[in-house]
Amino acid sequence: MMTLSGAFFGVIRRDLSIALRHRGDLLNPLFFFLIVVTLVPLGISPEPARLAAMAPGMIWISALLATLLALDNLFRADFTDGSLVQLMLSPQPLWLLVLAKIIAHWLVTGLPVVLFSPLLGLMLSLPEAGFLPLLLGLILGTAVFSLLGAVGAALTVALHKGSVLLSLLVMPLYVPVLIFGTSAVQRAVDGVSYGGVMAMLAAASAFTLLVAPFAAAGALKVGING
Amino acid sequence: MWQWFHKLGSPRWFYQISGRVLPWLALASVVLIVSGAVWGLGFAPEDARQGNSFRIIYIHVPASFLALAGYYVMAVAGAVGMIWKMKLADMVMVAAAPLGAALTFIALFTGAVWGKPTWGTYWIWDARITSMLVLLFLYIGIIALSRSFSTRETSARACAILALVGTVNIPIIYKSVDWWYTLHQPATIKLTGAPSMHPDMFKPLLVMILGFYCFYALVLLLNTRTEILQRESRTTWVKQLAQSK
Amino acid sequence: MFQFENFDAFISMGGHGPYVWGAYGLSLTIMTWLALAPLRRQRVLLATLRQRIHAQDQKGGGQ
Repeated sequence: MMTLSGAFFGVIRRDLSIALRHRGDLLNPLFFFLIVVTLVPLGISPEPARLAAMAPGMIWISALLATLLALDNLFRADFTDGSLVQLMLSPQPLWLLVLAKIIAHWLVTGLPVVLFSPLLGLMLSLPEAGFLPLLLGLILGTAVFSLLGAVGAALTVALHKGSVLLSLLVMPLYVPVLIFGTSAVQRAVDGVSYGGVMAMLAAASAFTLLVAPFAAAGALKVGING
Repeated sequence: MWQWFHKLGSPRWFYQISGRVLPWLALASVVLIVSGAVWGLGFAPEDARQGNSFRIIYIHVPASFLALAGYYVMAVAGAVGMIWKMKLADMVMVAAAPLGAALTFIALFTGAVWGKPTWGTYWIWDARITSMLVLLFLYIGIIALSRSFSTRETSARACAILALVGTVNIPIIYKSVDWWYTLHQPATIKLTGAPSMHPDMFKPLLVMILGFYCFYALVLLLNTRTEILQRESRTTWVKQLAQSK
Repeated sequence: MFQFENFDAFISMGGHGPYVWGAYGLSLTIMTWLALAPLRRQRVLLATLRQRIHAQDQKGGGQ
């Protein structure tokens, strides 16, 4: 009989090792992130002042799209090979295992995007003051993207054309995080304190952490019947 | 009490009872909306600053009210259906989604048309308009999800979960968009100064709001009844109903 | 009291006529359609059901 923490870390370890075996899938969202940000100066203007004005928003939006891109595979591969159903039949509470899967998924998709973001800030001539809030905000923000996205991914797991539908379902829910995240960076660039905004972002992610695993577990039970 | 609750869960009982209410609801909504519209279009005094274009308010405000309230109706129905496994609540939820989306669209459209003569452009990223747009996206998500499942039961459960997650999010979205707007509020355009309304302007609005509530209830009932017939088409009572007509 | 001097003034609404009438027109059209669409669907549904029952009855009678 496995203990709770054993099952929890077992799922994380398993998902991480699978992800490391498919390194291409791991890098794709990162390249996507990089390419989208490269298109910005090409599409708008290479002038540093204009780029700097758009940098917080552009980096946040591309980070959002990059995590969204990877989200579809959160449960799908496990659903196809049947291991998801096994996971659901295990005696451990499902929300805990779902949380483990979300954490593993965030470690391989959200975290690299976060670590990559300073480089893109540099490329879009983001003023120096903006880097720390960008990093902090993206850590919290991508966590919310993964947590909320898990609900959508669970609902659409058994549908054939789930991935477009998935973006349609979860993107409106990302609005507050995007607003708080970009304005934290903007405030830091403008030289205003951004502690309050960051606290709101932290509160939002704590709240999502409390609620989303249960919703995603419930959604998974419904979704696999699709 | 529980017997009543149980009865309410029976689609057949609901179909029969709602059939008796329908004509009255239809009458009330037609009378209220037509009289409110005539009153608002012809008899309410002209707004000193906006001129006659303000008359659009008599459609815009009630539609916005019900667009938002409709999402909560949908979420509550979904929750009831999920917790008590009540089939009827599932049907109400499915019926509420397209209706809410249509009202949200009406609110957005009338807002845009109102905007052109008032502040010179059809679209501005005002806090309320932007929140309305996000609400429309939430509705579209629910409708898209409900259409992609093959069984009605699963579809209803999935939509209920999404609607509940959306409901928790809506106040946060509204607050954050509000706050976002105060950051970016353009200095040249001032929208928020809704003039304190003259009572003569307010009375037709009240009639219209009442009319829209009746209209919402009417269409929700009609949609639910259609859904009932569709889902129960194999039962004897629906077959008898089909033959009696 | 009627706010306009004549019917033409009522239609033109001081230059805002197209906006006001357009908003009312489209909204009321959508709302009418919202109310009529389920009624039409019900009629079609009951008609197909009736046909199906009829077809079954005939098949049953022929045996």
